[in-house]
Amino acid sequence: MAKKVVVEATINGEQTEFLCEPRQSLLEALRDVLELTGSKEGCLTGDCGACTVIVDGRPLCSCLMLSVEAQGKTIQTIEGLAQPEGLHVLQQKFLEHASLQCGICTPGFLMSAKALLDHNPKPTEGEIRYALAGNLCRCTGYDKIVRAVADAAQTLASGTRKGSAGRLGSGPSASEQTEQFLQEQEVK
Amino acid sequence: MAASANGQGYRVIGTRPVRHDGVDKVTGRAKYGADYSFPGMLYGKVLRSPYAHANIKSIKIDKAAALPGVKAVVTAGDLPALADKMEQAGEMAINMSQLSANILARGKVLYDGHAVAAVAATSPHIADEALRLIEVDYEVLPPVMSVEDAMKPGAAILLPGLRNKDEGPDQQTNVATHLQFKRGDISEGFKGADHVVEREFKTAMVHQGYIEPHNAVGIYNSDGHATIYCSTQGSFVVRSLSAAVLAIPEGNIKVVPAEIGGGFGGKTTIYLEPLSVLLSRKTGHPVKLTMTRAEVLRASGPTSGSTIRCKMGCTKDGKLVAAQIWMAYEAGGFPGSPVGAGAMTIVAPYNIPHLLVDAYDVVVNRPKTAAYRAPGASNAAMASETVIDELADKCGLDPCDFRIMNGAKEGTPQTAGPPYRRIGFIETVEAIKNSPHYKSKLEGRNRGRGVASGFWFNVGLQSSAMVNIHTDGTASLVIGSVDIGGTRAAQAMIAAEVLGLDANDVRPFVADTDSIGHTDVTGGSRTAFATGWATYEAAQDAVRQLKERAARLWEKKPEEVAFSNGQFTAQGDGVKPMTVKELAGRLARTGGPISGRATVNARGVGPAFATALIDVEVDPQTGKVEILRATVAQDVGKAIHPSYVEGQMQGGTAQGIGWALNEEYFYDDKGILRNSGLLDYRMPTCLDLPLIETCIVEVPTPGHPLGIRGVGEVSIVPPPAAVANAIANAVGVRMTELPMSPPRLLKAMLNKRGGAEAQAAAAGR
Repeated sequence: MAKKVVVEATINGEQTEFLCEPRQSLLEALRDVLELTGSKEGCLTGDCGACTVIVDGRPLCSCLMLSVEAQGKTIQTIEGLAQPEGLHVLQQKFLEHASLQCGICTPGFLMSAKALLDHNPKPTEGEIRYALAGNLCRCTGYDKIVRAVADAAQTLASGTRKGSAGRLGSGPSASEQTEQFLQEQEVK
Repeated sequence: MAASANGQGYRVIGTRPVRHDGVDKVTGRAKYGADYSFPGMLYGKVLRSPYAHANIKSIKIDKAAALPGVKAVVTAGDLPALADKMEQAGEMAINMSQLSANILARGKVLYDGHAVAAVAATSPHIADEALRLIEVDYEVLPPVMSVEDAMKPGAAILLPGLRNKDEGPDQQTNVATHLQFKRGDISEGFKGADHVVEREFKTAMVHQGYIEPHNAVGIYNSDGHATIYCSTQGSFVVRSLSAAVLAIPEGNIKVVPAEIGGGFGGKTTIYLEPLSVLLSRKTGHPVKLTMTRAEVLRASGPTSGSTIRCKMGCTKDGKLVAAQIWMAYEAGGFPGSPVGAGAMTIVAPYNIPHLLVDAYDVVVNRPKTAAYRAPGASNAAMASETVIDELADKCGLDPCDFRIMNGAKEGTPQTAGPPYRRIGFIETVEAIKNSPHYKSKLEGRNRGRGVASGFWFNVGLQSSAMVNIHTDGTASLVIGSVDIGGTRAAQAMIAAEVLGLDANDVRPFVADTDSIGHTDVTGGSRTAFATGWATYEAAQDAVRQLKERAARLWEKKPEEVAFSNGQFTAQGDGVKPMTVKELAGRLARTGGPISGRATVNARGVGPAFATALIDVEVDPQTGKVEILRATVAQDVGKAIHPSYVEGQMQGGTAQGIGWALNEEYFYDDKGILRNSGLLDYRMPTCLDLPLIETCIVEVPTPGHPLGIRGVGEVSIVPPPAAVANAIANAVGVRMTELPMSPPRLLKAMLNKRGGAEAQAAAAGR
């Protein structure tokens, strides 16, 4: 067994040092060394996207990257998505639209969606589906996930945070708005 | 009454609050089974058979055990030998010696991936290395992969002790069971038919495809008590089955249900759980085991592939008169396919006077099947619902009208005999017929539209619930049903409705097996129905106790206190109405804390029906099918949280579309699974599906206080047949095999074109 290696990386804004074996994936280091268990293991072959993190601005499957390759990189995980002042608008919209059932794929979807909106603030339905096609969800049929991402984009674009999470009866109007948004986007 | 039990004027039920466990799940804080760690924890791995069918002559573990970091190696010899005995576990009856032999093979391996030994070590990588040092001497036997091969005289026998009634006590066999359902006189029935369609169908073995692999952390204490943390659909099932396999008292095991990353029926039994305890007992450390994706596909329980011959007849004006069905389902290495359910669901939506169904449960060298969302019903409906489409076509009738004309309703006999109570099948077909989708026009070449329906029983079973009133007037709700898809929110909403509180004022908590009364699996679409019933009763019990306290404060009799619109009132001077919140602060002075409790063994379950409408476009060059539009209508009884009800309908439809088009277990001629990864076991992605439209139909279940039907399963039943019917409508080819993957569809289209060209050539000559 090769000796452990010290890796320095910026993780969720914090300069971090950790020890890992050269054979450990970034996912394994995040989960078992750094106790950041929000990134999930679904396949270890890069097919399901449940372990998606953002490395230097790009979404990637942390199961496909060796932890030693994280040296000097800037990594965002699901644990860093919410800010002290509240949830990220994507998280809020996932809740309002009931975009999760079991929730195991949710962290990966949120990171892929964040990477999408960081680069393309006004995606069409087709662009949303393309950006999320590397993330598998077996519960929802993707309908409510696509709606939430579209709604989040619209909210970010309009500059208002109409978060109504927690209030009763907020769902139907949110989905109606999104329906309209999706139709408009398709027309364009 | 507190909540309006007559179905009128709900305040909380039918709204869409944010789920209570939502923030944990969007921030990565929610703990799933694999997320648990404990000081000193070891990592376990399982050695699996590289052969489909073989005798185990010997297993040598010395080299593996000697590897530094390895703390224990176990084989079937470390598990107690159990008698052949059936025991009830949730929806299923289970043979315990076979269950044990599926946990660790005893003398024989029955499928590629069958567990042979397990290791615990200080890291998962060392455990992996140790597996490679275990020496197993196999005597390889011929694999038996299909029901046809397994049923042939002279077929290799999987289980030497297996017998069935047809063949008698002296005949070894691979047929575990033959079931028959009969009504009327089948040959007389077909005499009255003007149109008869008969086809043979083959459907591939498919997997539930939950994104979270199986996991378990076992901690065995020296006092003989064990704790298991795992992602399961039924913590009490894990407890009773693990106790049986390990031969330790059930009460000595506590199962803590972690969050669960999907199950769809596949997490209603045990694989790693007893191994985690066994390895912990042997090492004195907590032991965590998780499956890889390949292990999940090779060795957890998918659902059966099947062969189904379906013959149905109707009069020229479209009245169904007779149906004869022969069906054989792959059980996997041990008996227990859902063929009985397949037999009882296959024509369940229709009133057919003459019926004969023969159903066979057949062992083959494939993983032991487990439940998968409406087990057995989707493959069955692929047969019956496409044959019905052809009959409607022959009669020149609209497929919805044909189904409405023949549809089962209150009083129609079910396949097993008893008549239906109030059901909403016809309403689902009418909802589709009236949908904007059905009224829209589908234009363009190679495009087609298909309709199909489906039935599922749903189950009731046992549940427990406890409602604790806090001093600030909020409440906690303790239940034993794990939450796979938003059931915490639905349960809290039911309690809130009864108590006159807001949904957010009730905090739902899924308890471990020591902290709540027995609760059966989250499966069979039973949680909203049965646990919801227990929750309703527990909240009513709390209201009853609160009335006593109000009575004491007002110096009235409890029966003089009324509770409505969230307020306690009574007639007379000096009575100022109080809400639960106002009364809650005075509990200490009126007799102490209040916990409402209820347990149910829920009877009178309401069966579920769904009808799907799907538009497709077929690429004539490749045979690839694109789903253009999909709408599903389902009778849900009463939607507690409509968003999560829609989610069940959409998710089931998506799984059904995957079953229809892409998903299949692909074994080579040696019986080795060749697509044990998610790249090659191709589940639908975001790009493969459109938005999925939903029509919630609410025909209340008689007898249930809220009219709830289960909603979790039936939506997976119609899609394969609906897609097949849409393909027939698009390109004129009747598909009889699942999945309808590009090569299969292309071949069928080429055969049709070849046939047409040959005919044209013959006519030209």
